[in-house]
Amino acid sequence: MTSQVIRRSDRYVEVEPESGYRPSGAGGLSVTIERLRKSFGQNQVLRGIDLQIGAGEFVAVVGRSGCGKSTLLRLLVGLDRPSEGEIRLGDGIEQEARTGAVRIMFQEPRLLPWGSVLANVEVGLGPRRASAEARDRALGALRAVGLEERRDHWPAVLSGGQKQRVALARAVVSHPRLLAFDEPLGALDALTRISMQRLIERVWLEQGFTAIMVTHDVAEAVTLADRVLLIEDGKIGLDQRLNLPRPRDRGPPEIAAMEGRILRELFRNAEAREDR
Amino acid sequence: MAIAGMNVHSAAGRHAAKLTQWVLPIGILALWEMLSVAGVIPPHVLPAPSAVIAAGWRLTLSGELPWNMWVSFRRAMEGLAIGGGIGFALGLANGLSRRADEISDSTLQMVRNIPHLALIPLVILWFGIDEIAKIFLVALGVFFPIYVNTQHGIRNVDPQLVEMGRAYGMSGRTLFWRVLLPGALPSIFVGMRYALGIMWLTLIVAETIAASAGIGYMAMQAREFLLVDVVVLSILIYALLGKFADSATRWLERRCLAWHPAFRTAPEA
Repeated sequence: MTSQVIRRSDRYVEVEPESGYRPSGAGGLSVTIERLRKSFGQNQVLRGIDLQIGAGEFVAVVGRSGCGKSTLLRLLVGLDRPSEGEIRLGDGIEQEARTGAVRIMFQEPRLLPWGSVLANVEVGLGPRRASAEARDRALGALRAVGLEERRDHWPAVLSGGQKQRVALARAVVSHPRLLAFDEPLGALDALTRISMQRLIERVWLEQGFTAIMVTHDVAEAVTLADRVLLIEDGKIGLDQRLNLPRPRDRGPPEIAAMEGRILRELFRNAEAREDR
Repeated sequence: MAIAGMNVHSAAGRHAAKLTQWVLPIGILALWEMLSVAGVIPPHVLPAPSAVIAAGWRLTLSGELPWNMWVSFRRAMEGLAIGGGIGFALGLANGLSRRADEISDSTLQMVRNIPHLALIPLVILWFGIDEIAKIFLVALGVFFPIYVNTQHGIRNVDPQLVEMGRAYGMSGRTLFWRVLLPGALPSIFVGMRYALGIMWLTLIVAETIAASAGIGYMAMQAREFLLVDVVVLSILIYALLGKFADSATRWLERRCLAWHPAFRTAPEA
């Protein structure tokens, strides 16, 4: 497994000249996962994950439903505790410091229906919500997702895509160093999805956080990620780097080829398992 | 058609809708008055609306009506504050804590099945026909709807929102004020509306059976002297008090639940 892990330094050497369109990575947190296992009762969901994610990297995690990809994400952001093994963020930041530095965007917007759009973004500032510049920061984050003029509206009047944009603003308003995405675009229509993907990429490039996105859409993974992880039977089945220039359109053949390759891998292993 | 539909949301349209709801009650009153004047309805069965208004005016001038209304209103509010307060507190406790729920919920559910008005003979034995007797009955009556709906409201706050709150660093008090309580509020208001209905019902029964002041007492006294107009007046006062309490709750509900799609007013812009 460790042989597949490419050091950060290698990555920057080989990628940077090619694209010249990169985040600084300075704000990102690196992630080190060692012998990670998670079981719920008798059910072993993760069966030993070893993984090194570089600061500022955009990693997509794909896999069939129930493969444990969401569980991995929940362990990363501290919503669940590992049964065994260890997750280290950065140079070992404290648990208390994690909340502002580590954020998660859920599949559902999960906005507070009784808060205005602006108040919902301010939730992302945590205890600093009360401070003087909180409002300005929240407004800035809303502007970044293009919803500044909706700041006083209730979430109930927004469309699905707009709600997810507010959720994105809430997630990035604290300038997190690690942002986890749990299939945040799964419920959106195809066109809204594409514009959300572009928005997420833009915010990631501007802020330079480490992004880990769980998705079931291989095309989405290939469009956004530096690296695609395939999780199968609670283990990492494939660790594929994508050294493709950004911004990526769906047209170029190398993107399609990469998508095909990952899909083939996904189905080959799945069929092999079904034959057993 | 489209224009007529839009009118409902305009200010003039809302105004018209408000007037419309008064057409039927005013019509019924007018008919009643006409039938009384014509002698179709004998005054010892049902006095004319004008006679009821005259009785109301007479009792207002003598100070009897304001005093009795005040006594009834105060009883209602005291009972609501005590029973509702305890119900709300226990509902919160049992909604928030599994442990508290295990200890008290099944006992409370058992007591809930006793109709509280069945306790009237016992309450009279305990407290006589004192104020405490009425307040106790009202408090007992309003306790359960508020308890049940508060507990249910807290329990049914969207767990995804609670998880979001925790993931965004909320805990304890912050989580309660920002997520749990606002999430439970629609259900708490349902309990409140039920409680108000029970509150007036309890008071009417308690005041007619054992009281020395209050609207119910006024009605029973009037019956002794065959003052049908005062009896009808008392009934109408109860209706008005009930309507007032309901309107106050609705107003509060619209203010507190402005975010809720069911209470959303048309956007200003």
